[in-house]
Amino acid sequence: MTTHRIRSAFYFLIFLMAVWLPAAQAELALNLSEGVTEFSRDVYQLHMIVLWICVAIGVVVFGAMIYSIAKHRKSKGNKPAQFSHSTKAEVIWTIIPIIILIVMAFPATRVLIKMEDPKDMDMTIKITGYQWKWRYDYLDEGFGFLSTLDRKSNLARQPDSGIDPETVPNYLLDVDNPLVVPVNTKIRFLLTADDVIHSWWVPALGWKRDAIPGFINQAWTEILKPGVYRGQCAELCGKDHGFMPVVVKAVSKEEYRQWVAQMKGEQVQQAKMDQKTWSKADLMAKGQEIFETQCASCHQKNGQGMPPAFPSLVDSATVKGSLEGLIHTVKFGRPGTAMSAFGNILTDSDLAAVVTYVRNAFGQRDDTVQPQDVAAVTQS
Amino acid sequence: MSHATTHEHDHHDEKPKGFVKRWLLTTNHKDIGTLYLIFALIMFFIGGAMALIIRLELFQPGLQFVQPDFFNQLTTVHALAMIFGAVMPAFVGLANWMIPMMIGAPDMALPRMNNWSFWIMPFAFAILLSTFFMDGGAPAAGWTMYPPLVLQGGKNVAFMVFAIHLMGISSIMGAINIIATVLNMRAPGMDFLKMPLFVWTWLITAFLLIAVMPVLAGAVTMILTDHYFGTSFFNAAGGGDPVLYQHIFWFFGHPEVYILILPAFGVISEIIPAFARKPLFGYTAMVYATASIAFLSFIVWAHHMFTVGMPLGGELFFMYATMLIAIPTGVKIFNWVSTMWQGAMTFEAPMLWAIAFVVLFTIGGFSGIMLAIAPADFQYHDTYFVVAHFHYVLVTGAVFAIIAAVYYWLPKWTGHMYDEKLAKWHFWLSVISVNVLFFPQHFLGLAGMPRRIPDYATQFVEFNMISSIGAFVFGFSQLLFVYLVWKTAKGGEKASSRVWKGAKGLEWTVPSPAPHHTFQDNAPVNDADLAHGSAH
Ligand SMILES: [Cu+2]
Ligand SMILES: [Cu+2]
Repeated sequence: MTTHRIRSAFYFLIFLMAVWLPAAQAELALNLSEGVTEFSRDVYQLHMIVLWICVAIGVVVFGAMIYSIAKHRKSKGNKPAQFSHSTKAEVIWTIIPIIILIVMAFPATRVLIKMEDPKDMDMTIKITGYQWKWRYDYLDEGFGFLSTLDRKSNLARQPDSGIDPETVPNYLLDVDNPLVVPVNTKIRFLLTADDVIHSWWVPALGWKRDAIPGFINQAWTEILKPGVYRGQCAELCGKDHGFMPVVVKAVSKEEYRQWVAQMKGEQVQQAKMDQKTWSKADLMAKGQEIFETQCASCHQKNGQGMPPAFPSLVDSATVKGSLEGLIHTVKFGRPGTAMSAFGNILTDSDLAAVVTYVRNAFGQRDDTVQPQDVAAVTQS
Repeated sequence: MSHATTHEHDHHDEKPKGFVKRWLLTTNHKDIGTLYLIFALIMFFIGGAMALIIRLELFQPGLQFVQPDFFNQLTTVHALAMIFGAVMPAFVGLANWMIPMMIGAPDMALPRMNNWSFWIMPFAFAILLSTFFMDGGAPAAGWTMYPPLVLQGGKNVAFMVFAIHLMGISSIMGAINIIATVLNMRAPGMDFLKMPLFVWTWLITAFLLIAVMPVLAGAVTMILTDHYFGTSFFNAAGGGDPVLYQHIFWFFGHPEVYILILPAFGVISEIIPAFARKPLFGYTAMVYATASIAFLSFIVWAHHMFTVGMPLGGELFFMYATMLIAIPTGVKIFNWVSTMWQGAMTFEAPMLWAIAFVVLFTIGGFSGIMLAIAPADFQYHDTYFVVAHFHYVLVTGAVFAIIAAVYYWLPKWTGHMYDEKLAKWHFWLSVISVNVLFFPQHFLGLAGMPRRIPDYATQFVEFNMISSIGAFVFGFSQLLFVYLVWKTAKGGEKASSRVWKGAKGLEWTVPSPAPHHTFQDNAPVNDADLAHGSAH
């Protein structure tokens, strides 16, 4: 009997080692990150307090169980006691948990109040969730941009891409345009969404908050350390929910000022783009690029889509129909479907390019659309 | 099972002949119980197969086997199948079999309705599962069906909503039947505070079902009209409110998790005293704890919504209320341990599963307390930490209790003992693999992996791999269970009427297998046969 026991324990140990050893070698992240904000550090501490309280309760409860299982067994000739209640014991183990819960409630309340009290903010950024990208608007500076999954990750994540994700730096956690923010600055975030509910989450900041269409949610942060912090959309938002990362680049205040100046310069350039008249070749080239980053995740590179959810564009009635109708669909979207209003996301010249591309490549119509044509179409 | 020989004529054991009469038209609580249990087992394997495809895809980063959209369909239908198809019907099956026998009733109070409430279920799930073969596939917005995402679904919206309506009708009828049975059909002398805990927990669960299933039906009906008839209940552009849906859904959803776990508490409270050969510790406290958990379950729903942006006051209220649930739940755990304390325990399969339940459900409870802390939930919410939490509660909680119950009562149902050695294999394989499967998911969540994603960043590779290995071992170990049950039904060592030496309750006073009709004469119950018959 004893040798049998020892042998089974030994096998069990081997099994545990087989499972956990590779894990230990790889130095895996097991725990919450402490993060780079006061709030994330508070949350980390709260998490550790509650975790250790749970471990302590576990040791007591499981310890009593293990002792009882070892000692109070029939095979040891134990005679069963017949007690069936003890008011004293029951009162004690009702009161002790109440005290423990109160002990946990105090710091939890304090941290929560701090989070929900955005006072004296230095700047405001509006975050809008789209299927499946983020838009960041710097409300004080008057510019904004889209942030989508980085090209390398996007190629590697395609089924049968043949690319080993391990070879892609920051696989699925990299974007084309990160959110750039200054350190040691209180930033207010206003969160909303255009199509379905998303949730904006960067673990290093210590929180996630839902971006809900028709609502404007509020959250804030003050990053204490420069660096690049990565996260993901946390609320199921459809097919590519797993592929809309969040990247925050925290830089010094000086660097941030330079970056803002540069962005503003680009904005002036952008405005000029919307004024000028484009050649067809330029529109087609730019249109293809935009199509592949913004549209191909649903409609596919070849335009064939994934019917019925994501219809094919090839020879579709909308694509071949009136030019105005096509521009309207792209600019204002199709409510109740995954087709969002790209007028909120792209500039008029971008829209002109992508409509020209779609019209020519999938509709077989030899048309050119200028930014001014896009501007002329209004919501009906 | 059916050994109807011509000579052995016993009017207690007249089973109708022929499949249609015996099963399709049955009004017998035991046969309906069997039907429910078989249905639940089939759905457990269908839902489990989906889980294995999910774990197969997640074995490595990158997309190897399924498209992201199909992945979402799998996570959605896996949950619906397991919750509404496996766990709930399994407990209804146990209730059907055991409640009349435990309270000394000849059958359920409403036997024809009983038949109907079962036979709705296969149709409900045929409708739901048929969406996999339609254009656009099955629903893919998660089992929580949040709008606006769910409204982007195609045809499957209507099928999903009607399937849920049918499941709801079935559950409500089952609940009415249980309440009517327990309130009216108890044998003389079976006072409320002498009822076995399994009966108590089911009585309370039945009230929860009646209270919340209509709420779910209302929520999905509004989805239906938003999708097909142009209403804007949940559409912000039309003046509706997508967050309102979440409030309504979780007003159903949180009591629902207690619908899934309270009967499990009942099962464990029957098994532990039987194998500790000692009365259940704190019977009355257990009843009150169950009732207070049920009450609290109605006022904590928004803890699923800490990140939607509630006002501070709301967040504090739902945090405190949720923490309170730890108290009655703690009472239950302490009472089970005290029942074991100074007993004379033996460790047959039902007891092993019950002990594993207490330990692993407690771990699920710990992560539950952590999730209740609102500011920390800003990190945990919608990550694998949550996935680990509810699988500890529902797999090593609810499902383990169901398996424990089957081993405990199988000899009573079939008249044969199961193969104890094989049952131990089943237990050890399951209990080890289920932890390999779900424990690493805590780490994944804390390290930042969101739930419901088909592909992941490379720092999550190792634990996903371990978890997938656990999943496959756990999944295939359950085939052993099917074999064991089948073998026991076929034959084996004859079981005595008491089956387990320490077991108490009226079900052990009738022969094994239990005759087709029990307790026809409505004789007063003998207190000595009951677990809680004497002073408590
Ligand atoms: Cu999203
Ligand atoms: Cu809940």
